[in-house]
Amino acid sequence: MIGYVIRRLLLAIPTLLAMLTMVFILVRLVPGDAAVAMLGDRASAQTLQNLRAQLGLDQPIPVQYVRFVTDMLSGDFGRSMTSGRTVLEEVALVLPYTLELALAAMLIGTLLGIPLGVVAAVRRNRWPDYVSRILSLVGLSFPGFVSGILMLLAFAVWLQWLPVMSRASTDPLSHLRSLALPALNLGLIMTAYIARVTRSSMLDVMGEDYIRTARAKGVKPRKLIMRHALGNALIPIVTVVGLYFGTLIGNSVLTEIVFTRPGLGKLILGALQSRDYTLLQGLMVVFATFVILVNTATDLIYALVDPRVSYAQ
Amino acid sequence: MTDFAISQSMPARQSSPVLRALRRNRFAWIGIGLLALIVLVAIFAPVIAPYDPLKQNILHRLSPPSSDFWFGTDSYGRDVLSRLLYGARISLSIGFLSVLIAMVVGSALGILAGYIGGVFDQIVMGIVDVMLSFPTLLLGLMVAAMLGASFENLIIAIAITETAPFARVARAPTIAMKRRDFVEAGRSLGYTPLHIMRVHILPNILSDIVVVASLWMASAIRTEASLAFIGLGVLPPTATWGGMIREGFDNILSAWWLVVFPSLAILLTVLALNILGDALRDAIDPKTRSQG
Repeated sequence: MIGYVIRRLLLAIPTLLAMLTMVFILVRLVPGDAAVAMLGDRASAQTLQNLRAQLGLDQPIPVQYVRFVTDMLSGDFGRSMTSGRTVLEEVALVLPYTLELALAAMLIGTLLGIPLGVVAAVRRNRWPDYVSRILSLVGLSFPGFVSGILMLLAFAVWLQWLPVMSRASTDPLSHLRSLALPALNLGLIMTAYIARVTRSSMLDVMGEDYIRTARAKGVKPRKLIMRHALGNALIPIVTVVGLYFGTLIGNSVLTEIVFTRPGLGKLILGALQSRDYTLLQGLMVVFATFVILVNTATDLIYALVDPRVSYAQ
Repeated sequence: MTDFAISQSMPARQSSPVLRALRRNRFAWIGIGLLALIVLVAIFAPVIAPYDPLKQNILHRLSPPSSDFWFGTDSYGRDVLSRLLYGARISLSIGFLSVLIAMVVGSALGILAGYIGGVFDQIVMGIVDVMLSFPTLLLGLMVAAMLGASFENLIIAIAITETAPFARVARAPTIAMKRRDFVEAGRSLGYTPLHIMRVHILPNILSDIVVVASLWMASAIRTEASLAFIGLGVLPPTATWGGMIREGFDNILSAWWLVVFPSLAILLTVLALNILGDALRDAIDPKTRSQG
């Protein structure tokens, strides 16, 4: 078991390296000169030269690559060109907001999605199933910003139940009120996703022999569904939800922009608008590292909860 | 004669039961109908559109939906309905072309990796895993930001984000097919690997790839709209759905029609593709086929 954990962790290293290589190539896709792209055409030759030297762009590509990888691996993700803070400092400033949003969404998604999926599977091809399937299909079709804008219009502009702008507040009630819409927006998209995965996972499990055996032995339907079926159906659900994490981040970026909420989304948008390529590159690395770590953790959890995963191999 | 022998041992094409299952699925028809409608609208936009989508009319700035302007006008006095109809062209063509590129490149990589195996397989799948570890939107955002936003660059950016899933989908069945008798027979008859991959393997995994394509086209349209909303779309004044929402967002408190109609357009298009993709998947998967 420990051997498996170590092997899986080691496997993350080449993935990280390949990711760094890709980010390196991506950043060098900028047509022409990155320094000109950042400062504009009117910058003087001297300023451009200084920026090139500062970014190491005057070095040969292999040297740039080695420097980039060693910097990143030693935890130096670079510095924002506009604020002067390091990328990690920038991320640390806004991470609590995004984390709060993501966790609230996960909570809503799990609490609503799993029951919806279970009901759909148990009442397969009857109206609860159809309702659940249609709802999750619609939920999955919404780009995060479209559903956000429609909810903003409905609840904040027309009904005026909740604030249009979310901002941080020391008052817990108004803080919750400003979290409500963005969290609901992301949470409902997650609900759709989890309901769908739960349904198909439950259907797989319900077709297994041991469920039939349990039913033949006279296990009460409720216990059969909750313990025997859902217990085992949860394993793929955990994995898929873990893999969904990247999409969740993408959607939370859009949600934050719609609700003018501080967070990683606004940070990325700001970096884009001010052509802060070093910040953008650093953010990309931080995000991808995060997703790789979550994926690794998901695999490990999978191995922990599913005795069928062989650790030998 | 040899061709006959091979076709004898090939698995029967699945098209007939799949088509039958698809025909029985009422849900699928909703998706197909909706999609056909949107495609027709995109093709005939210049004929249907009541106004020029780029024509500004200061006298009619921000007028709400009326009999003259069914979906209202934007802050430049441009007709929202006409812009919506023309926007369908951008969304559909970027969605279609990016998925087409991703499908061709991705499946070719997947089939090659699965068929050749060994180190080549490991390298290709390693890169695929890394690509999958970037959130789609962020990868697209990064590529679009680096290349600069334009019609062609958006297609490239979205194609890059969607190549990896196709490689995954094509690889697994290729490995299974490789061991089947008819491929073995082809090999012993001296067909080149390229011929075997093209004639014996590709047709048999095509259905899996097509299902993925329709689902990823939905995702491509979503990504394009999201990038346009962030400000990385085809440049204004060209009408794009995401760009229209971006422009309308500033006036959300006073002019709801600027965001609601393009939002519905995106939602309906993505929904239609998702319904179709789901129906195709159900039709191909024998486990769910009989239940419809």
